[in-house]
Amino acid sequence: MHTEDTIAAISTAPGHSGIGIVRLSGSDALKIAERIFLSARQKKIRKTPSHRMLYGHIIDPANKETIDEVLVSVMKAPHTYTREDMVEINSHGGPVPMRRILDLALHAGARLAEPGEFTQRAFLNGRLDLVQAEAVIDLINALTEQSRKTALVQLKGGLSKKIQSIREELIDLAAFVEAYIDFPDEDIESLSLNDMKKRALNIQQALQKLIESSRYGMILREGLKTAIIGRPNVGKSSLLNALLEHDRAIVTEVPGTTRDVIEEYLNIKGIPVRIMDTAGIRDGKDIAEKEGVKRSLKAMEDADLVLLVLDGSSTLHTTDKELIEKSGAKNTIVVINKSDLPQKINVPPHPLHGKAGEGTVVHISAKHETGLDELQRTIAETVLSHSTEGSAEVVTNTRHVYALEKALVSMESFMTEVDKQTSPEFLSIELRDALDAIGDIIGITTPDDILNRIFSNFCIGK
Amino acid sequence: MNQSFDYDIIVIGAGHAGCEAALAAARMGFRTAIFTMSLDSIGQMSCNPAIGGLAKSHLVKEIDALGGEMAKITDLAGIQFKILNKSKGPAVWATRVQADRALYRRHMRRALEVQAGLDIKQERIEEILIARGNVRGIKTNPVPGHESIPAHAGEEKRLYQAKAVIVATGTFLNGLIHIGLENFPAGRIGEPSSIHLSKSLNGLGLKIGRLKTGTPPRLDAKSIDFSVMQIQEGDVPPPPMSLFTEKITNPQLPCYMTYTNAHTHQTILDNLEHSPLYSGVIKGIGPRYCPSIEDKVVRFKEKIRHQIFLEPEGLDSDEYYANGISTSLPRDVQIKMVQSIKGLEGAKINKYGYAIEYDFVYPPQLKPTLETKIIEGLFLAGQINGTSGYEEAAAQGLVAGINASLKLKNKGPFVLGRHEAYIGVLIDDLVTKGTQEPYRMFTSRAEYRLLLRQDNADLRLLEKGHELGLINEQQHASFLNKKAAIASELKRIKSTRVKPHVINPILNKLGGSPVKEDTSLDQLLKRPEVRYVNIAEAAPSGNSISQDVIDQVEIQTKYTGYIRRQAEHAEKFRKVEEKIIPEGFVYKGINGLSREIVEKLEEVRPLNLGQAGRIPGVTPAAISLLMIAVAKGQRHSEEK
Repeated sequence: MHTEDTIAAISTAPGHSGIGIVRLSGSDALKIAERIFLSARQKKIRKTPSHRMLYGHIIDPANKETIDEVLVSVMKAPHTYTREDMVEINSHGGPVPMRRILDLALHAGARLAEPGEFTQRAFLNGRLDLVQAEAVIDLINALTEQSRKTALVQLKGGLSKKIQSIREELIDLAAFVEAYIDFPDEDIESLSLNDMKKRALNIQQALQKLIESSRYGMILREGLKTAIIGRPNVGKSSLLNALLEHDRAIVTEVPGTTRDVIEEYLNIKGIPVRIMDTAGIRDGKDIAEKEGVKRSLKAMEDADLVLLVLDGSSTLHTTDKELIEKSGAKNTIVVINKSDLPQKINVPPHPLHGKAGEGTVVHISAKHETGLDELQRTIAETVLSHSTEGSAEVVTNTRHVYALEKALVSMESFMTEVDKQTSPEFLSIELRDALDAIGDIIGITTPDDILNRIFSNFCIGK
Repeated sequence: MNQSFDYDIIVIGAGHAGCEAALAAARMGFRTAIFTMSLDSIGQMSCNPAIGGLAKSHLVKEIDALGGEMAKITDLAGIQFKILNKSKGPAVWATRVQADRALYRRHMRRALEVQAGLDIKQERIEEILIARGNVRGIKTNPVPGHESIPAHAGEEKRLYQAKAVIVATGTFLNGLIHIGLENFPAGRIGEPSSIHLSKSLNGLGLKIGRLKTGTPPRLDAKSIDFSVMQIQEGDVPPPPMSLFTEKITNPQLPCYMTYTNAHTHQTILDNLEHSPLYSGVIKGIGPRYCPSIEDKVVRFKEKIRHQIFLEPEGLDSDEYYANGISTSLPRDVQIKMVQSIKGLEGAKINKYGYAIEYDFVYPPQLKPTLETKIIEGLFLAGQINGTSGYEEAAAQGLVAGINASLKLKNKGPFVLGRHEAYIGVLIDDLVTKGTQEPYRMFTSRAEYRLLLRQDNADLRLLEKGHELGLINEQQHASFLNKKAAIASELKRIKSTRVKPHVINPILNKLGGSPVKEDTSLDQLLKRPEVRYVNIAEAAPSGNSISQDVIDQVEIQTKYTGYIRRQAEHAEKFRKVEEKIIPEGFVYKGINGLSREIVEKLEEVRPLNLGQAGRIPGVTPAAISLLMIAVAKGQRHSEEK
């Protein structure tokens, strides 16, 4: 609707091809790209002639961290797909760096594109003919229908309740501020600076919690909590070592919170993965089967992802069967080890199969390091199947996280301004921005909500 | 024999909307007639004797900058002037004026009388004449008074032909007054209502609804003990409402404040069954921001007292308006309730409070010019459109008068954006969203509150008033001088730097931290503790600079960051407003638009995509589809 904004999206198909593109279009596209890109030869995007490529790195302007090595195509209006200034950032770091590049672009001033919006702009700017326009309409219809469905699904859950309650608190606070502005003659209780801050802090914390709890945000920050489980001697530690060896990306080695668990950090296709290695592995045969299962189950409880290791060279053990059954409720990849030996195993259908399909069984040989690529791909897919472009569920999800972050930024400015004892008409701007951002998630924003709240909370009427 | 008179523009009703409409039409060169049922009630303030207040003074100052009358008359009639919200920033300052009712009527009537090209007529309107979807004129009955009184022998109903008719009848359409469980038809207390006219409008196919409002009792000053009340004086010197007023000359009077108490509340609660509000007699919807005292007591039980402002009705009047206890309780209960209040123990009621129900026309049936969509040349302005308040009415009257005139000149419409004026917010809200209760303006309704200040109404709108011919050359010239002076002083303070040894003693006095190097005056002025006088002390301007210029320099410098931020938002907003939806655009058949949304779009018929997006229930996805459909339509017509 706001056709004057600069929009951004990951424009390559979902999946894990080597190269992905983050695309920007709009009057600020060059400026925004410049904020997050450092050319290897100190070249400025805005000064680059149209239809040229620059080599360099995407940098987080907040902490100067290098995100990815990229090629940036600079295309200036009007000879572009949308007839607006466009920038395409070609990255090959996999889905996660691509998402971070998109995030940076959004923080630097772009807005996440609506479904079909690039094409829509192309049409509105006279780039497409009428027949193509029909196709755009169909696309918008299909995509909005799809996202409408997921929005409904998400709004049924506890998330919606939480967002609604944040919105209610925001409206309450805004009603105080607005009533104080619009009804100076009225005998209404005013909010002390401290109360105002207390309420704002509550809202801020609730937003923060929501953002942190968002799957994508949590994985990025804390890593994908992964448990390797299996009975002793199936090759759990060799698998871990193989993954570490293969990846060469160990960041730290931290003793676990309990003596029983060791954590290893590694990076799989750009996804930070935190492997909780059950202590049972190390102690091997000394430990009773019972105890091993117990520990495995405990590790499973906390995990985002379970790697259930089976020994392909032997038939299924009762413990294996028990673990398969227990892991049915979790996001599990069945890893059949020792593929270099003659295979005796016969994996029975278990609850997991109906849900996740065939891709969840991977054959490897930890010893010979075969099948590790496939395993890594499978791990990445499991994470991203819920969070990649193209899956409408995540488009909305990213949108939600972004909106929540916007609201949080507004609340932070609100707090700063309250501390400076800024006049309420300025405070109100921050609250309205926060409300608008929240409204984007729920799909409603109306100034009448604040007025309604004023009239129901305060006795107005001189 | 029917007599036939010709006017270009006829205005029905001489309240706040009607007067502005008639003056604007006549000033824009059209032969205009204004009709009222009573010459003595021209410019009547039917509710509280005050003009302005939050968001309302913003409207009045916008009317003023566009060449309207309300601010000037307010200054002539004002008996207490006060700037509200002085402790907050200038965007939410508002001037509130207590006005002498009689003076207001007299000066407004005088303004109409001296206006060239404007006739004033005391006749009752019976019907609006329409032919083939166009307004043709009106049918009147020259006999004032109740419609039940037959016409005098020899006097006949008259027809007046006109090219445009502006209806500004306030609460008179089917007005029904309630005092206790008793009710009777009236437009205001003591004045007859218009029943035929409402039927006539309904007959034209306009959808009509019902609203309710009320007034408090008026008290006799001799019976009030002011000595036990809190006194409230106005500002000294009184700050005028109009740009063009040099000085306020009326003597100034204070207001007084007292409170209800538990006894008052009990009296009300004991008598709710006699209240038309609580016994279900009143069906119309009342305003939540102006509840009756019955409502306040019932809905806000936890409040142990409610404030009452006693406002003088005028210099020559001994009557006080008891603001805060609007009521429709029976007369005997009103007396008991009033006499339970501190200082009012012996109070006599001159006029009892009452509630009034009246018809209004659902405003989404209007274009943003306030012309009805179904009948060309028929305009509606004021309370008839579901608003409340003199200021809201006057703003609409002005807009209707201007647009009726532009239409007769075959010129494009005059529509103000939400980013330009509260008038724009008001009319856009009405025609886009409609209203469920009497609509009053609040600053919180404006998205760009920091841009729409009362101090810059002239900078925003005076040029437009001049283009319309409502601001004269002399007024325009003095405005241009002011604008130039602001620009030059802003430039000077940006380019003038002062040395630390000059400014630091001043900063020190103000409790600010010292500067280490040469600093520009505008940087210094941005500090919260620094005012214009302080930087002028360090580096005075060579020219003499008037206070209104200083105010602008100060505001525009101090709030520059915020103002820029809102201006950027407003610019984006404006660009979406420029995406015009052609008149007569067909919504049906657009792939993907639900029937519900199509119906909403067809009802409002938005002018542009921005307005379309503000219609409740129209989704962003629908706007995307609409945008493409509009572009497709344009492409089609270009290809042909």
